[in-house]
This record gives sequence, structure tokens and C-alpha cells, in this order.
Amino acid sequence: MVVADRYEMVCGLEVHVELQTKTKIFCGCTTEFGGEQNTHVCPVCLGMPGTLPVLNREVVNYAIGAGLALNCEIADFSKFDRKNYYYPDLTKNYQTSQFDLPICKNGGLEIEVDGVKKWIGITRAHMEEDAGKLVHSGETITTSDASSVDYNRAGVPLLEIVSEPDLRSIPEVLAYLEQLVQILEYTGVSDCRMEQGSVRFDVNVSLRPIGSATFGTRTETKNLNSFSSVRRCMEYEIARQARVLDEGEEVIQETRTWDEGRGITLALRSKEEAHDYRYFPEPDLVPLVIDRQWVEEIRQTLPELPRERRNRLQELGLSAYDAAVVTQTKAMADYFDQGLAQGAEAKGLANWVMGDLTRLLNSNQCQIADSPVSAQQLVELIKLIDKGTLSGKIAKSVLEEMYASGKDAEQIVKEKGLAQISDEGALLGIIDGVIAANPQSVEDYHAGKERAIGFLVGQIMKATKGQANPGLVNQLLKKKLSD
Amino acid sequence: MIFEKSISELHELLIHKEVSAAELTNAYLERIGDLDKDLQAYLTVLEKDAQTQASEIDQKIARGEELGALEGIPMAMKDNMCTEGVRTTCASQMLREFYPPYDATVTTRLKDAGSILLGKLNMDEFAMGSSTENSAYMKTRNPWNLDCVPGGSSGGAAVSVAADLAAFSLGSDTGGSIRQPAAFCGVVGLKPTYGAVSRFGLIAYASSLDQIGPLTKTVRDNALVMNAIAGYDAMDSTSVRYDKPDYTKFLINDIKGLKIGLPREYFGEGIDPEVAKGIQKCVETLRSLGAEVSECSLPHTEYAIPAYYLIATAEASSNLARYDGVRYGYRAEAGDVLGMFRKTRADGFGQEVKRRIMLGTYALSSGYYDAYYLKAQKVRTLIKQDFDQAFEKFDVLLGPAAPTPAFKFGEKSNPLTMYLSDITTVPINLAGIPAISIPAGFVNGLPIGMQLMGKAFNEGTLYRVAYTFEQTTNYHTLKPNLSGEVLARGSR
Repeated sequence: MVVADRYEMVCGLEVHVELQTKTKIFCGCTTEFGGEQNTHVCPVCLGMPGTLPVLNREVVNYAIGAGLALNCEIADFSKFDRKNYYYPDLTKNYQTSQFDLPICKNGGLEIEVDGVKKWIGITRAHMEEDAGKLVHSGETITTSDASSVDYNRAGVPLLEIVSEPDLRSIPEVLAYLEQLVQILEYTGVSDCRMEQGSVRFDVNVSLRPIGSATFGTRTETKNLNSFSSVRRCMEYEIARQARVLDEGEEVIQETRTWDEGRGITLALRSKEEAHDYRYFPEPDLVPLVIDRQWVEEIRQTLPELPRERRNRLQELGLSAYDAAVVTQTKAMADYFDQGLAQGAEAKGLANWVMGDLTRLLNSNQCQIADSPVSAQQLVELIKLIDKGTLSGKIAKSVLEEMYASGKDAEQIVKEKGLAQISDEGALLGIIDGVIAANPQSVEDYHAGKERAIGFLVGQIMKATKGQANPGLVNQLLKKKLSD
Repeated sequence: MIFEKSISELHELLIHKEVSAAELTNAYLERIGDLDKDLQAYLTVLEKDAQTQASEIDQKIARGEELGALEGIPMAMKDNMCTEGVRTTCASQMLREFYPPYDATVTTRLKDAGSILLGKLNMDEFAMGSSTENSAYMKTRNPWNLDCVPGGSSGGAAVSVAADLAAFSLGSDTGGSIRQPAAFCGVVGLKPTYGAVSRFGLIAYASSLDQIGPLTKTVRDNALVMNAIAGYDAMDSTSVRYDKPDYTKFLINDIKGLKIGLPREYFGEGIDPEVAKGIQKCVETLRSLGAEVSECSLPHTEYAIPAYYLIATAEASSNLARYDGVRYGYRAEAGDVLGMFRKTRADGFGQEVKRRIMLGTYALSSGYYDAYYLKAQKVRTLIKQDFDQAFEKFDVLLGPAAPTPAFKFGEKSNPLTMYLSDITTVPINLAGIPAISIPAGFVNGLPIGMQLMGKAFNEGTLYRVAYTFEQTTNYHTLKPNLSGEVLARGSR
């Protein structure tokens, strides 16, 4: 359904990312994903009577880092609050979060859609603890006889990043999310593994007639866990709200849930049924005072961010497209930078990284960080081509061999005798033999049939199992034939 | 009798091998066996564990090793402090079978100090109450008059010391829960500065007010226990890194020139004139010892009760949310999760606990927060400022620890009447300052307590005044008559 002729969509996002700390936010339990149910727990994260939270300093470090990368102000004075609601995955039946004094506020990031740049505001980012996870005996909660709870995730630190309602289209939303995730991954704040639920999205959507200055009534769809779910959910929700408005009805302000299987959103609770979270300052923690020196120390540790990196690579001669591809993930960008540090030329390196290496990694479902061919090894291979030791074509098979065995290019070339024959004496002998064996072709060449030389070159390559330096063969053959 | 002796006296007997830790422990266990069916101070008695611990201490003595001040001293703890593997009920049905897999920091520190844990003491459920009548299990009786309450919520802790069922005990004080029962039972009870003693392992009632402290027979004993339990703890973010002194260094029998203020609000409306008169008599004693005493005012005192009952219940409503039947404690069976939550909490909590959870939930609710919780926090600031101003002029403030002596069971059945009886104690918790109650005489045969209030982390000054007073009076040496005849009459 086309709605863009009648309505403008307005969207704001809440993104919850798990911070990549080793231990939980208020205790020493590991944050590792997986693990047998209820093994990464202790009395503190289980909220047992009498236990108290102690803030993990590393969580604050990460939150400051993320805030700086997202152009936020870092609060001098910030505090934790309790968000009270009952749910079995919540060990204390309140979540320790931040309410009116979040650690980061007033930031934003730039997106680009169809060549148009746009600033998307970030209202705030705050620290909080994750809840546990319900494990249902059946497929869904409604078809289950019983549910158990796994508290391994309870107390894993989260950063909730709230955007301004600045987004006006699904491509803008996806561009914002891609940028956001990329920045978080770059800063090392989160590994952003969506398949492990380490990033989750709440999507606020409303429609308003084109030209209207006031926002329409919004719905909030909670707990989406992939970009594609966000896109599908928004497509559905936009169409649904448009239908409601077209019929002259009003959109109901409510919280909705996304049914991935059916591809629809469902009403969860209305505004009237909304929780009264009864926020109040967490009395078990003291306020967080952050001095400027702390912020500056974190700023010093921040890596080059994606945008800066792309600009630098473009200055080295990469196209905007290539620069975007090799900086897609921090791991790939780091790999690329390691290659540059080994003295590779940017464009040539980009071709190998984006082409053959990525193909090999993809077909082996391997992350570039775990690549069996190191950046240094790849650059050595490229240098062998530049020196004329290897032809581009043979280099491709050498890379495959390197990928499979982990060996260096030179070792493979030596073991398999793959080095190009660039020895004039050796080549001349072979050329003489081929000329002698193919008088017809020689005659054709002299008769002006240029194509005949191709046949002769092919014969020489065949005789050398492809190892002859093709440029040199051409040169020598022509010289010989004109003698 | 040996069980009447102070910690320092018992320590001397132990190191001189005049009594063994085992004999001492057994003496207390026997006395508990004799008296506690009538007094009902103990919810749990740890006979075997205590004897095992005692024999370890005796081996140490036999080896000629040096003995710490609390080593081999039998004591007991209020049942809201976690003890690993030992049932910790908070006097609630909700935690009837709760065996914590960890020790509270105070438990660890007393274990490290070598004290012998005799058992866990009765209290008002979740420390909510001023008479120990709100225990889900039993009513603890005042040894001075078995028809009277021992005070609360640390009623068991006060009775265990007053009736010599332990050499000392630990209580917790959120709005007077150490000082008022100490006053009602005629023992020494200190509520330390907020942040001086770790709350880790103390089952929370109101986190910003709760504080653990010692109940003892003498001021010196109190300082000895503080030496063991106080000090920074990394497990409690609200515990303070401060230069912890040796509290016994303040046991100086001299208060000449010390400035003592008498807040007039602590002697006026709502205070039993007999109690006020008794405390005035103590004031004269202190004056005669060289203290400079004059009247002062803490003008916001009248707002302390409403502010306290909003802040404490707001925090409690959240702190007690975790008791839902999912992970530990009592669970009621029901058809679905929400039903289980509701029935578990309906069955598991007593009436007063439910009342306070409702009050607190209301105080935090959207639309009421500003008028109640936020307003109460502002009042709290004003009360704190009252004290700050008073301490510019005075070293110590003095008043009654409770407005009346111990009252009869059932006498304050109206919750509001009960709440109002906390008027002399709650301002201290709101301000976070230390205060001590010491035996100060008798009204109608029942003990009354004199309360000394000090600046934050100035427990030492309180000890100095209390010690000086104790040296010139004999109230602390008087013992309730717990003869078989009295007990038999009382239990009728």
C-alpha cells in the first residue's frame, strides 16, 4: 500500500545494546553468552535478600565511550533509579536503570540516504541491567504448560540509546541503525551480535497528514532483534496505521509486540494499562560523579570512528563505495589498515580484500578477524604479483591454498614450483621448440594473421604449465618471429 | 552468675582459663533452655554449631594463642542478618524456610572475631514495627514485665541481652529499632552513623535508613563490638571509607566542658511526663559532672514521622517486591504467574508489612510522587539541617530514647498510635547520624533509656558521655527478676 502520497511517517527508536564487559553491571558474574541455564549467577544478580549492587566501573567507561562516539554530553552528575514492575525474569521485580539523570544526553549522528545527509538527534543514553530470560516448555508462551527462567543474562549491562523522533522513512531508520551499530562496534562498546540478542530495538511509529506540523498518535513496538524485523514491522505498522486513519478512525496509543512468524504487530497494552513504574532513586547506590579528567581519559582511548576512517581511505585513492565496504566492520577496517601498514597500495589491497578474500571467508562462514590468511600474508602475496613472480591468475589459486593451509605465499610457490618463468634463456628454448613444431602458425603470422600469435602463446603457456611470464613470452615471441 | 558478666569480664575469665568457651556457651544454652520458652527471644538456637565453635576456641586457648576481645564470646543476631546455611526468616512466613547461601558482612566479621553464634532473634516481620508483636512466629516478652512488649523491631535482640540469654546481640535500626527496645529492656543500644556498618546481607526494609548496631550490657562492650563490625565494605556501595578509630579509646570518664543540647521538641508534647522527668534527672547528673547543658530546638521534628513513614515505606514497597515465590522462600500454588505472585504475597506477608507496602506504593505512584515521596525527601533535608545547626553549638544532643516506657501487648493496636511512638528516634535515621540509648532509670518498674545523638561518625563522643554517665550510675547493673515464680505468674 502506498501511503507516502497522504501521510508522513515519524519514527523514533530506542536501542538496547549489551555492553561488552567481562562481568555483570552489579556483581562479578561473567557476561558470557550461552552457558548452562542459571550457571552465570550469584546471590547479587539473583537479587537474594540482603544482597547489594556494586557498580562495575567498566560499564561507566563503556557508557562514556559510547556517549562520546555518539556526540553526547557526558553528565557530571548522574544517578541510578529503580523501575518497578513485576515479571518473573526480573529478579528483584525492579530494574536498576537511570531515569531523570542519564549518563549521556543531547547527541546524534549523521546518516546518508540517496546522497542526502541528515542529522539524527540522540536524546539520551543510559545504563541499566538486563533481565533474565523465560524459557517456555512449548513453542510460545500461550501454548506452554510451564515456563522456567534462566537468569544468566540478568545483570548483564545494557546501554539504552533513545533517538529523537527525527526519522521520516524506513531507509532513514535502517541507515541510522546501521550507523549506530557500526559506531558501537567500532568503539568496542558492544559486539552487537544480533543473533545472540545483544542488540534489541523498540520502534515508535506515528503517521501524520503531509504538511501537518503536529505529530500523530504513536505506537511503540518492543523487542525487535534484527534490522529485517525492524523493516518488516515498520512496513506493517505504517500500513496498519494508514488504514486506520483512512477509515477516519484514531490510532490508539499503545505498546505492541511483533509476531515474527505471522509478520504482524499485536496490541500488548494500552496507554491506560501502561505500567506505572514508580521510579525513585536507587538507595543502594550512590550518585555517579564523573570528572572531566575521566571523560578525557576515555576520549583518548577511542578509536578512529567509521566516518573518519572512510574519509582517510578515500584520500588514499579508494572510491566512496570501496571505502564504505572495507570499513563496514571494525574488524575488516583493522585488517585493511594492517595491510596498509605492511606497505600495500590501497586500491590493489581493496580489490583482494573485497574480492577473493571476502569470497573465501563467506564460503567458509568465517569472520575476517578469524581469517586464516593474515593481512601480512595477503600483502606478501600481492607483492609477489607486483614483482612478477606470480601471475594474477595463479595468485588466486595460491590464496586458496594459503587459506586452506595457513602457509605463506612464498612457501607455496616454492613447494609447488609455481614461480613464473621469467628466465629469458629458458623461455627462448621453449619458444624455439614451439616455433619449430608449428610452422603453419608461423606462416599465418607472417601472412598478417595477428591471431596466430595467440595460439603460439597458448602453446608456450601449455608447455610451461602456465608458469611462463605472459608479458615476457609475448615480447620474446614477437622478437623471435620478426628475426 | 557467669551469664550476667560483660564481654570484657568474660574475656578476662577466658584468658585466665577460669572458664572455658565451652562452659560459657553451655551456660548460655542452658539459660536459653530455661527461660526462652517464656521470653521467646530466639527464633533459632544453634546448640551444636555453638558448641563446635566453642571447642575450637578452647583448643586455641589450650595452644596458648592470643585471644581477641570477642573471641569465645557467645552472642546472637536479629533474624534479618544473613547467616550462611542458617535459617534466616525476618520473622516472616515468606522466609520460613530460607537458608541463605552467604553470610552478611557483619556475620563474617563476627565469625572472624571468633564470637560464638548462639542463634537468631525474634523481631517485627521485616523489621516493621515497634513492639515485636508483628513477628509471624511469636511474641517476645519484656523481662522486666512479662505483660509488656520488649519494643521493636529488634525486640529479641534487646531481650537476649537484658535477660542474659547472650553476652551481646546485633540489631538493626531503621527508625529506632535498636534504641527503643534497648530503652524498654534497659540495655545499651547504638545506631551507628549511616554508612559506618556494612548493610550487605542485612535483609532490607528501607535501604537509605537501615543500619546495624550492637546491643550490649555496658558501654565498653558496645565499643568492643563496634570495633569488630564497623568499617568500609566493598560489598556495600553506601558504606563509607572513613578512618575507623579504636572505639574503646573514647571510654574516658570525663565530660567537663562538653556541650550538651536538649532539643525542646524531645521533652514536649507526646512525651510521658514521668519519662521526661527521669531524663531531666540524668541531665542533672551530667551537669554535675561538668557538662555544659542548655536547651535548643530542632524545629522540623514534628514532620519527621510523616516523612519517615513515606520514605521508609516507599523503599520497602520496592525492596520487598522480590518476594514473589519464583526463586526462594514461600510459594503459593496458582493457575498462572500473576496468580502465584498475588497468592504468595497475600499469604506470605503479615498485615503490617502489607500495610506499609501499600503506603509506599501509593507514595511513589504517578501523580502522587511529588506530593509525597519528593516532599518527604525535602523534609528530610530540613531535618538534617536542624541537626547540622544544632551541632554547630553542641557536641551532643540529649533526649529520651522513647516517649514512654514499655507498653502492654495489644495496647497500641491502632497502627497510627504505634507510628507516633517513634517520634524521638526517626529524626536520627533521617539525618543519618549516630545515637545511643543507655539505661537511665525506671518509671513504674520499667526501664527508660537516655538517648545521646552525635555528629556523623562521632560515635566516640557518644561513648564518652555514655561511659561517664555509666560510671556514676548503677542502672546498667540492675537485673530483672526472672525467678521461676515470676515466670510462672507471667506465663499464665
